[in-house]
Amino acid sequence: MTDSLPLAHFFHDMRDNPFLVTGLLAGLCASLACGVIGPYVVTRRIVFLSGAIAHMAVGGIGAALFARTMFPSACAGISPVHGALAAALCGAVLIGIVNQFVRERMDTLIGALWAMGMALGILLIKFTPGYHAELMSYLFGNIVYVAWSDVWRMLALDVVILGAVVVFHKRLLAICLDEEQAELQGINVLATNIVLLCLVALTVICLTQVVGLILVIALLSLPAATAAHHVTRMGPLLLVSTVLCAFLTTVPRIAVYGTQIGPESAIVLAAGGVYLLSVAVRRTIS
Amino acid sequence: MSDARPVVEIRGVTFGYPPAAEAQPVLEDVSLEIGPREFLGVIGPNGGGKTTLLKLMLGLLKPQRGTVTVFGRAPTEVRARIGYVPQHGRIDPAVPATVLDVVLTGRLSRSSWGSWYCRTHVEAARAALALTGMDHMASRTIGTLSGGQRQRVLIARALASDAQLLLLDEPTAGIDAHLEQGLTDLLHRLNQRLPIVIVSHDVSFVSTHLKRVACLNRRLTCHAASEVSWEVISHMYHEGVRAVRHRDECPLSDPGCHEGCVPDEPKEHAGR
Repeated sequence: MTDSLPLAHFFHDMRDNPFLVTGLLAGLCASLACGVIGPYVVTRRIVFLSGAIAHMAVGGIGAALFARTMFPSACAGISPVHGALAAALCGAVLIGIVNQFVRERMDTLIGALWAMGMALGILLIKFTPGYHAELMSYLFGNIVYVAWSDVWRMLALDVVILGAVVVFHKRLLAICLDEEQAELQGINVLATNIVLLCLVALTVICLTQVVGLILVIALLSLPAATAAHHVTRMGPLLLVSTVLCAFLTTVPRIAVYGTQIGPESAIVLAAGGVYLLSVAVRRTIS
Repeated sequence: MSDARPVVEIRGVTFGYPPAAEAQPVLEDVSLEIGPREFLGVIGPNGGGKTTLLKLMLGLLKPQRGTVTVFGRAPTEVRARIGYVPQHGRIDPAVPATVLDVVLTGRLSRSSWGSWYCRTHVEAARAALALTGMDHMASRTIGTLSGGQRQRVLIARALASDAQLLLLDEPTAGIDAHLEQGLTDLLHRLNQRLPIVIVSHDVSFVSTHLKRVACLNRRLTCHAASEVSWEVISHMYHEGVRAVRHRDECPLSDPGCHEGCVPDEPKEHAGR
C-alpha cells in the first residue's frame, strides 16, 4: 500500500481503524470553534492575549495531574482537560481585567502571566510522581488517538461557542470597531471583553486535541487572518474561516498519513504556508 | 419656553488627571452654557483640555469640582441622546465591516443582543447615511474610505442614535481643505435641527458657520464669532472669513500659546 495515494490509503484504513474517524471529526469540531472565534481574535488584535490563555492552561493541567496523584480518593474524577479548562477560563477573566485597568506595560504583564502559568504547570508536574505521557499529548496535540468522549466534549464546546457568538455578535463587533462608542451606547465593555476571552479559552481547549497548547495560536489566528485577506464582512468571514480551518485540519493530516511526519506539525505548517501564500498573492495584486 | 433652556450646563468645573489632579488641573473653573440652536467651536492648543471637556459632557470623566448637566440631567443618564463623533482615526480600518455595519452601532443602545438588527434600525441607519450624503456607499468596506468619507460615516453613526446634541472631536484632522468645506456645510445643515459643539486645534475650521467660539487653555473664555470686513483676507481665502476677537482675559492671548491664536492676526490688521 505504500506506493498508493495517501488519500486512498487513509480511506482504506478508516474501515478498520476507528481512531481515523474520530481524528477527522475532532479536527472538524475544532475547525468550527476556531473558525468562528479566530476572526474576532484577529480583528480585535488579541492573538497575544490568546497565547497567554493557552499557556496558562498548562498550569491547570499540572494542577489536575498533581491533585489526581496526590489525592487519589478525592480527585479521581479530575482529568487534565478539566484542569486546563478551569485554568484557561480563570486566565481569561484575569487577563480581561488586567487588560482593562492596567494601561502601562500591559504587554509585559500579560507576558508574565503567560510564563508563570506555564512554569507553574511544569513545576506541579515535576512534583507529581510517575510518568505522564498524556501531558505530551496536551502540549503537542494528539489527533491520532481521539476517543469518542473527546469528540462529544468538543461538540458540546462548539455548541456553547456558537450559541454565545449568536447572542453576543453585535456587542463583539461593536467593541472591535470602537470601544468608547460601545461604552457610550450602554455596553459593558469589560464584561464583553471577558466574554470574548472566555470564548477564546473554550476554543483553545477545543484545539488542544488537534495541535496541542503550544501550537493553538497558529490555528486560532492564521486561518482567520488568511480569510480576512479576501472577505470584508464579519459574517462571511466567520464562514470562510471555518471552511478554511476544516480544510487545514483534514487535508494535511490525510496527506502525511503513513509517513513519519506528525499530523499536528503538518496542520500548523500548512496553516502558516497558506497564510504566507495569501500575503504574497495580496501583495502581488495590489 | 423649554426651548430657551440650555442643553448643556457646565458650572465651575475643575478637572485633573491623577496623580496630579489637584496640583495640575487640565480644566480650571470652567463654566459654559450651550443653547438649543448653538453652533459652538472650542479651540485651543493641544493639551489645553478640549477633549477632556468633551469627555466630561459625555460622562466618561467626572469633575473633581463643579457640575456638568446635559438636558438637565447627569451626562451618563442621557448618553443615548448625545451623538459623539470621535476622530476618524479611532476606527480601525482593518475591521471587516461595511459602512452600514459601522452606522448600525449607533443603534446599539436600542438593540444590543443577537446578531442582526431588525428593519427599523437598518432604516434609521440608512436615513442617517442619506443625511450625510453617504447612502451610496453603505455597502463599502470602512477601510477603503478616505478620511473625509470616514468622518461623514461617524457623523451618520452619531445621527443614527437619534442624537439631540452633536459633539465632534477634531473633525478636520487629516482631511483635505476642499472636503472640509463640504463638511462645514453638512454641519451647518444639521445645525438647523440640533446644537453642535466642535472641538479643534485647527483654527481654519473656525472660519465659517460657527456662531460662537470658546477658547480653552485650562481656563475658558467665549467670544462671538463675527464677520471680518477685510477685503484682502476675503480675497485670499476666496470665501467669507470669520475672526475671533480675543478679549484681554482670554487664556489664548497669553504668550506661548500662539498655536491657537492665529485668527487674532486678521483682527489686528482689520483694526488698522
